[in-house]
Amino acid sequence: MAVSGIALVLFLFAHAAGNLKIFVGNEDFDHYAHWLRTIGTPLLPDVWFLWIMRVGLLVAVLAHIWSATVLTVRAKKARPVKYAHRPKIQGSYAARTMRWGGVLVLLFIIYHLLDLTTGHLNPVGDSSRPHANVIADFAPDRWYVTLFYTVSIIAVGLHLQHGIFSAVRTLGQQTKHGERRAKAAASLLALALVAMYLSVPFAVLTGLVD
Amino acid sequence: MNDFWIEGEPVVDKAAPDGPVETRWERRKFAAKLVNPANRRKLTVIVVGTGLAGGSAAATLAEAGYRVKSYCYQDSPRRAHSIAAQGGINAAKNYRNDGDSVYRLFYDTVKGGDFRARESNVYRLAQVSVNIIDQCVAQGVPFAREYGGLLDNRSFGGTQVSRTFYARGQTGQQLLLGAYQAMERQIGLGNIEMNARHEMLELIIVDGKARGIVVRDMVTGEITTEFADAVVLASGGYGNVFFLSTNAKGCNVTASWRAHRKGALFANPCYTQIHPTCIPESGSHQSKLTLMSESLRNDGRVWVPKRAADCQKPAAEIAEEDRDYYLERIYPSFGNLVPRDIASRAAKNVCDEGRGVGPGGLGVYLDFADAIKRLGRKAVEAKYGNLFEMYERITGEDPYATPMRIYPAVHYTMGGLWVDYDLQSTIPGLFVIGEANFSDHGANRLGASALMQGLADGYFVLPNTINNYLAAGPFPSLSEQDAPVVEARKQVEDRIKKLLEINGDRTVDSFHRELGQIMWEYCGMERSEEGLTKAVGLIRALKEEFWTRVKVPGKGEELNQNLEKAGRVADFLELGELMCIDALHRRESCGGHFRAESQTPDGEALRHDDEFSYAAAWEYFGADGKPTLHKEELNFEYVHPSTRSYK
Amino acid sequence: MDIKVRVWRQSGPSSAGQMVTYDVKDISPDASFLEMIDVLNETLILNGDDPIAFDHDCREGICGACSMVINGVAHGPEKATTTCQLHMRHFKDGDVIDVEPWRAAAFPVIKDLVVDRTSFDKIIQAGGYISAPTGTAPDAHATPVPKKDADAAFEAATCIGCGACVAACPNGSSMLFTAAKITHLGLMPQGQPERDTRVIDMLQAQDDAGFGGCTNMGECAEVCPKGIPLSLIGRLNSDYRKAISKH
Repeated sequence: MAVSGIALVLFLFAHAAGNLKIFVGNEDFDHYAHWLRTIGTPLLPDVWFLWIMRVGLLVAVLAHIWSATVLTVRAKKARPVKYAHRPKIQGSYAARTMRWGGVLVLLFIIYHLLDLTTGHLNPVGDSSRPHANVIADFAPDRWYVTLFYTVSIIAVGLHLQHGIFSAVRTLGQQTKHGERRAKAAASLLALALVAMYLSVPFAVLTGLVD
Repeated sequence: MNDFWIEGEPVVDKAAPDGPVETRWERRKFAAKLVNPANRRKLTVIVVGTGLAGGSAAATLAEAGYRVKSYCYQDSPRRAHSIAAQGGINAAKNYRNDGDSVYRLFYDTVKGGDFRARESNVYRLAQVSVNIIDQCVAQGVPFAREYGGLLDNRSFGGTQVSRTFYARGQTGQQLLLGAYQAMERQIGLGNIEMNARHEMLELIIVDGKARGIVVRDMVTGEITTEFADAVVLASGGYGNVFFLSTNAKGCNVTASWRAHRKGALFANPCYTQIHPTCIPESGSHQSKLTLMSESLRNDGRVWVPKRAADCQKPAAEIAEEDRDYYLERIYPSFGNLVPRDIASRAAKNVCDEGRGVGPGGLGVYLDFADAIKRLGRKAVEAKYGNLFEMYERITGEDPYATPMRIYPAVHYTMGGLWVDYDLQSTIPGLFVIGEANFSDHGANRLGASALMQGLADGYFVLPNTINNYLAAGPFPSLSEQDAPVVEARKQVEDRIKKLLEINGDRTVDSFHRELGQIMWEYCGMERSEEGLTKAVGLIRALKEEFWTRVKVPGKGEELNQNLEKAGRVADFLELGELMCIDALHRRESCGGHFRAESQTPDGEALRHDDEFSYAAAWEYFGADGKPTLHKEELNFEYVHPSTRSYK
Repeated sequence: MDIKVRVWRQSGPSSAGQMVTYDVKDISPDASFLEMIDVLNETLILNGDDPIAFDHDCREGICGACSMVINGVAHGPEKATTTCQLHMRHFKDGDVIDVEPWRAAAFPVIKDLVVDRTSFDKIIQAGGYISAPTGTAPDAHATPVPKKDADAAFEAATCIGCGACVAACPNGSSMLFTAAKITHLGLMPQGQPERDTRVIDMLQAQDDAGFGGCTNMGECAEVCPKGIPLSLIGRLNSDYRKAISKH
């Protein structure tokens, strides 16, 4: 859970950094997208690196889902009879929404791939013009897409707020002082990521980027 | 001779070596027969109880290679009531270089026991005390340490040397977990068969030897007979005869009493220790009492209003000159630090005068106002913070703002089954260790000595002495059909059936409460011939009422907590009577036993060594007959009886 | 004060259970929660009903026997307080209070509020000890222990094994219990030789007993009556990582 999660968090930051290219300029953004396909050349043939990345991510996602499923199944088995009275849990909101939050994030990723990777669900759907795809996606009349995107990104943020701390703990963080720092860092990183991802659709929505 | 008891032949401790006290234990160990390691696997020992004594004995016997079967009524051996001991454990390590020694610990313990304990046993206790600390440290018990990494010690219970090892206020817990973990290790290795939630209800004696027990599985209600080559009782004390005590709710005398009924002598039942600093009762719902560390008396001042009329007023409204700091007034040199029994009795006296405070007038103030003024709130908090919190949690009162209320409560019982130097009872093959026996504390136990004795018996004494008995084994194997086995089982089944069939109109608890009130009133801090005589009559009547009016709901073949309680209360009713008779026969005051008729002109305890320098071992004579008294003379070759004075 | 309690009643391990409502009249605010149940039981017995079975023993917060989930919270609303030390003054007249047993597959219900916690003993059997047979010990001062370590070990060792951590954990995990013992023994020099096998074996025993996995949610530490901190789980994880990398 922790190892696959950390790999995915690193990817999310790289992905977010790329997204911000859109503020530099349309061409730069398209150029960046194109560059992704050429990384590693000429050592590797074109697009190979991208596929290696994709396979790596898929493995991480599957490992993450698999571990989560094992934990969930164990948890269900560990408490066959539910409490009749179960109040709001005392720990954090983020911690107790990991599972449903995770499912939401997964659904979003599938949609996101069909939208901006394969182009099937995108109004433009032209893989040679990623910038146009993005602009079309978050057009004001498609507010529901922006809303879903926003909700999903916030879900990712909450998932990471607990996830990053939990990963650090699982890997052996053990002091109370460190716990406070790990929790603060997790919140900060999650917040930064949410801000980075949300800046794009809202920039499109407000016409800052077109 | 008299209406209450018969005097029988003296009882003699045949296992005790004579000669110089320093070498008696060595010589006994050398003279005792050994068991070949290969033969130990063929020998089974039953251990009842998993507290400090039972847990340490079970672990040690299993390590030695015996097959051990262990029983406890709790759901896990870790919950035995030793866990609640707060203060510490004494050991003659002399790590402080303050003049402590085995001899001094021996001397203090004999004197503290008011010259009613055996010198041989106490000396051995002091000797092995040093091994206990080594053993516990090796197990990882996190004792308090100093900055240099060495063990910290404190002075405890009025001794002049610092010999008490402790783990904050949870020494009992940490020591018990050490023994429990050693025991779990042996359970994991298959050397101990653990039976939690099992209660011993009868002893099986075959050919005059203790050969097993009858137990009830408290979950299913199943009755089984368990066989062994020797039986060890480590079932604790009987303070719950008073209903309200600092004991756990489940603590009971049943295992000991069943053995007593089958012939084991019960010694000095009237010696009970009453602890002065407990939280008073808050009402009729009260189910137990909670002890607060005696260390509170180091800085707190004990007082009550001078006039009974002031008792209803809040403490803050009682002017300084209207307060009676009675301990400081009566005992100017020791003041608030007088020994437990004296502090307890003084509290009872002022409450009897109608000057008690709080619900029912059963309480005295323990005031920290002066300490807070002198040391500052911070310092008081650092020293007693956790105790203050505990007090506030229970009473809802803030002890920084209003004085604490305290009252004495039954805390420990020095009496128990009579054992010889080998810790063997008068029934061959039945050994008794820890608080369940009578051997080491005499008429009064010193602070931090209970943990010492429990672990001494379990780790070091019993595992050496039991070999001498087991060397004659394995004994002939038994079957369920053997007459004594069938009979013991039938006794248990009949008793359960009888309890369930009465179906009367009073709950078990109501009887237990009433018995407790009789015991507290007449066999508590101060006893008199008149009161004790009356108590015997009241208890006999109550016993009769119990067996005709008690209502035990449910069945025998299920978890039935009221059935468990009913059996225990039935035994407490018989024990209570014996305690009163023992108290009646001992027309002297000593240690935890204060007879109103035997006091000095200033109201201090007065011993009569010429008449009562013996342990009173009682033989059971049927529920309605008279018990027989067997005296064991006590000889003091080293520590000569003297009178305590704390004025 | 007058209150109502809704209590889980289950006649045996295999029977179905249900919440049953009882009125408790005129209970003193100074009574403890268990004394309130005592008072209720006295009434039930005299009315010919089956009294409520519940585990309890020392009633001073140290034995770890008492185990009630009160209004959904293990040991009830007061922080760092066992059920036996919870007093009725923390409730209001007219309150309806739900009382349930610990719920976990590894703690099956025996009757009403009584559960079987033998699985905790099994975890200790697997390695929660230092092997030091009686008589083998060197002098207590042979190995000094830094005060800081001894104090931290003591803090971890104050665990009373009540199981509230499991009862509260959404995953039904016993990680805090196991971590407390790993920490206690792992901080003492005497505990070093078995440190690696201890953590591996205890975790295995914990999984075998049917406890859930830990996701660091922290519900356990919130309800722990002894305030065992969540950070100890990190220590266990660190020990585990080191142990498996060596084996």
